[in-house]
Amino acid sequence: MTVELDALRSIPYFEGLSQAELEAVRQLVFEKTADRNEVILLEGDPPGAIYFVMSGALKAFKTSPEGKEQILCILRPGDSFNDVAAFDGGPNPASVRAMSPVRLYGIAGPDMHDLMRRYPTIAINVVRDLAQKVRHFVTLVEDLSFRHVTERVARLLLEYATEPEGTEGGTRPRLTQQEMAAMVGSAREVVGRSLKALEEEGAIRMERHRIAIVDKETLKELASGEV
Amino acid sequence: MFEMPIINQDLCNGCGLCVMVCPEDALTLAGNTVWLTRTENCDYCGECEAVCLPGAIQCPFEIVVESYYKYI
Repeated sequence: MTVELDALRSIPYFEGLSQAELEAVRQLVFEKTADRNEVILLEGDPPGAIYFVMSGALKAFKTSPEGKEQILCILRPGDSFNDVAAFDGGPNPASVRAMSPVRLYGIAGPDMHDLMRRYPTIAINVVRDLAQKVRHFVTLVEDLSFRHVTERVARLLLEYATEPEGTEGGTRPRLTQQEMAAMVGSAREVVGRSLKALEEEGAIRMERHRIAIVDKETLKELASGEV
Repeated sequence: MFEMPIINQDLCNGCGLCVMVCPEDALTLAGNTVWLTRTENCDYCGECEAVCLPGAIQCPFEIVVESYYKYI
């Protein structure tokens, strides 16, 4: 398996490097492949390498003590993960699982530190990339802690439910989870969790392409934050 | 009849991520765009929609009240 210079150049951390600098990076990079559903990192494990997605997609997620999963982000080609643990030396802050067969490049944490000392361009790229990640996670934290997204999703469902003819409502357009997220001012990942929460409360039932409101009164109570 | 994901081939950039993540092997990349070629396999899980950056695949949900839905 050969680490390709052109592929390295496509990674945001290594943008703007000269051919010689990229060659120095290549000496420290290793390749890793994984199959669909393979767990690459486990939350709480000791820090390892920084990984870069070269092909395929992965999910970064946290798991609650009750086993509920909160997706933090979807990682696509060009994205990096496990930066935090590799940079601060603490345990992995989240788990990562492959959604498809994936090909990754990795660099051990100490090697990455060394590269940043030698090539300030990399350090500047890392700061910019981490700042973008912080921005994403600040929004997610706001959603999860301060806003009552589940209440807003419940209200949206009540508003958009197709009612029997002759009553309020009428036929409404179908909505994707992305559209629901935009309508309640949240992220798709949070809406997915809210829908699961509403289903666990017995207010709705998720079907193939349909969200059936099975207990309208409970959904109304959830929409008003009474449950 | 089962509803299927909606694919907008004008938006598809041919990256193939949806094909790679589909757990049921329902999608195919051909001519630099994605096609739903094995509709019988699709279980509408939404993974393809989740990874599609240009928003070329959509898995919309109809929202219904159960009492009404029973009779349609």
